[in-house]
Amino acid sequence: MALLQISEPGQSPDPHQRRIAVGIDLGTTHSLVAAVRNGVAECLPDGQGRVLLPSVVRYLDNGGRQIGYDAMAEQSQDARNTIASFKRFMGRGLADIAEAGKLPYDFVAPAADAAEGGMVRIATAGGEKSPVELSAEILATLRFRAEDTFNDDLYGAVITVPAYFDDAQRQATKDAARLAGINLLRLINEPTAAAIAYGLDNASEGVYAVYDLGGGTFDISILRLTQGVFEVISTGGDSALGGDDYDAALADWVVQQCNLELVTASDKSAMRVAARACKEALTATDLIAFKADISSARVDFPVKREDFEAITAALTARSMAAVRRALRDAQLSREDIRGVVMVGGSTRMPQIQRAVAEFFGTEPLTNLNPDEVVALGAAIQANQLAGNSTAGDMLLLDVIPLSLGIETMGGLVERIVARNETIPTAKAQDFTTYKDGQTALAIHVVQGERDLVADCRSLARFELRGIPPMAAGAARIRVTFTVDADGLLSVNAREQGSGVEARIDVKPSYGLSDDQIARMLQDGFATAAQDMRTRALVEARVDADRMLIATQSALDADGDVLADDERRKIDLLMQALRSLIDAGNAPDSPDAPDAAAIEVATEALAQGTEAFAAQRMNRGIQQALAGKNVQSL
Amino acid sequence: MNLQSDDFELFGLPRQFAQERSAIDARWKELQREAHPDRFAAQGAAAQRVAMQWSVRINEAYQRLKDPMRRAAYLCELHGAPIRAEDNTAMPAQFLMQQMDWREALEEAASAAALDALDDEVASARSAALRQCQQLIDEQRDYAGASRQVRALMFIARFADDIERRRDQQGQ
Repeated sequence: MALLQISEPGQSPDPHQRRIAVGIDLGTTHSLVAAVRNGVAECLPDGQGRVLLPSVVRYLDNGGRQIGYDAMAEQSQDARNTIASFKRFMGRGLADIAEAGKLPYDFVAPAADAAEGGMVRIATAGGEKSPVELSAEILATLRFRAEDTFNDDLYGAVITVPAYFDDAQRQATKDAARLAGINLLRLINEPTAAAIAYGLDNASEGVYAVYDLGGGTFDISILRLTQGVFEVISTGGDSALGGDDYDAALADWVVQQCNLELVTASDKSAMRVAARACKEALTATDLIAFKADISSARVDFPVKREDFEAITAALTARSMAAVRRALRDAQLSREDIRGVVMVGGSTRMPQIQRAVAEFFGTEPLTNLNPDEVVALGAAIQANQLAGNSTAGDMLLLDVIPLSLGIETMGGLVERIVARNETIPTAKAQDFTTYKDGQTALAIHVVQGERDLVADCRSLARFELRGIPPMAAGAARIRVTFTVDADGLLSVNAREQGSGVEARIDVKPSYGLSDDQIARMLQDGFATAAQDMRTRALVEARVDADRMLIATQSALDADGDVLADDERRKIDLLMQALRSLIDAGNAPDSPDAPDAAAIEVATEALAQGTEAFAAQRMNRGIQQALAGKNVQSL
Repeated sequence: MNLQSDDFELFGLPRQFAQERSAIDARWKELQREAHPDRFAAQGAAAQRVAMQWSVRINEAYQRLKDPMRRAAYLCELHGAPIRAEDNTAMPAQFLMQQMDWREALEEAASAAALDALDDEVASARSAALRQCQQLIDEQRDYAGASRQVRALMFIARFADDIERRRDQQGQ
């Protein structure tokens, strides 16, 4: 709680308890990891001093893999096994990937029994891979980079996602963190992260727009900054619009102009790589040769900047339409915006800077490196969430980017949570049964702004079971849809009359089931060299330690709300857990506890302190109210 | 003060229609500073769950308090005059006539300027209805009368959405 421990500003209460917490920008074209060191957020370089990690994974015939620059170097030689821009496939089915035919990969149609088609997979030399596994490779690489830098285990990470990512895309990102063995502190939106980095740097107050054009996604967020509170007022965007599309448009145009035919996977890949180089060169020059070697020809074609701008004007216009809508959603006009922050490498394109400057009538802010700013903001948030920063009093109030609804009669959508509502949020809806004795109910949840289910994204089907049998229409089933601070949906249901909690089976439309993730973990993902059992034991002990420290500091601060017997119960639970951990210090002894025993004791402590936590929260809220009354006197 | 407290108690505001938006905003941020799950990220699952409940409750109250139409509806409900928009759609003839005129104007609106003009008209009808709400609730304590005004406001809001949708279509 905010009022508990007081120490030197900017210092952690005990430097030895400082937790290693990082921010990770998991990008379409490249990824970064950043951390707060000596009070300053900075990106962590690899052994060769490079902070960017290309988001590219190559699978080799011998079961090995290359990641980052090594993989990127082989992109044209081994296009089929070298996967790039896979962020665009997260939480998506094969039918969603419009450009699939132009990409050099072997997409695998998901199993026929998958609910809505399931998430797309790619066949590689290393077997079939889902975008979640590919992302986990990048996350694990960055995790090891951070652990090497600090020579310590990672406590946790904040991972950024495009603000316009839907539930399936966010869940896929969270699953990737789990596969990479990362304790996910929070998913935060990329534009919000950028605003943190800018806001704390410039000590700005007022309403700002963040225009974030990355490699594969576009976001626009309108935020209000007041005294350390970052309040997102509205957000919009297009999770399939980014620098990649500018490359593709340029490559298509050159193919057309030169009458080329692209036959092989390598040809497609070579054209993409050449288009990207050409685009990047055109930010600084007005004319450059588009050069690529493909199987049928050697391409050497002059491209003028004005040509490039003309063939990509529709893409830029698409982003500006989203900007206008976000302003309307915020009920603000462009004059209300104090500044525009530019994020993402694609905002280096002169036509983007011009379009934004013209629309807002002000030069956009570009004083922070657009590639790094998201990771830096995430690092600042991670540092605070880990409890390292007592000086910071920053609060993020973000929103859900797309409305959530459920399918009703005739394929219509009934809206449950409206877009741009502040999260966390929960909405309850009552349902009843249709037949006598009915004990189950299915709810189809969709995300999007349209009125027809067919025009929205299917998220999941929730099957409620265990409803007490009653006459048709007699049951009152209250279903609560909760969107947490990560922007992720969960559902629970209770029959109001009997108080019976329904069991819920979730069938995600484009996600991985718990079983699939468990299998991937078992397959030794990212942990191949480590003994799973030792690893599980270490993790259980870290969790147990974390829980003990948290409970002790809560007791120190607010132990007085507890009655003697309540206090005794908590002390006993702590003792039990502590003695298990101590026994584990001699791992070779026959009575050393296993991971499961420690997990059980940790959970017992968690449950045993739930009521105490509730009392502490009550006290916190009441203090907040008391503070207000003093002020207003 | 607990999770069952009403919105006004939770926000420490007088139980009336007239409110300062800036006071509601400031209060919301103050409460979230105490209760948001981010404040408890390093403190275990139990604190996380409770923080989540409070944070959700504070956001729910904020959504209702900051929107004058929902605030009026909430006050009517607290005073035993629920809105019942689903099964009570009877509106005065004059109001319905005006709605029909608006719909016609929207059908015919071909330019952004025409939509702007319609927007202005809708906005002034909305302010008039809100002024009525304030008088009925805060001065006359006529909650049944106020709930009729809220139903009118709901029609107006729906129409404003339709104007927006039309704008989106024209923008493409």
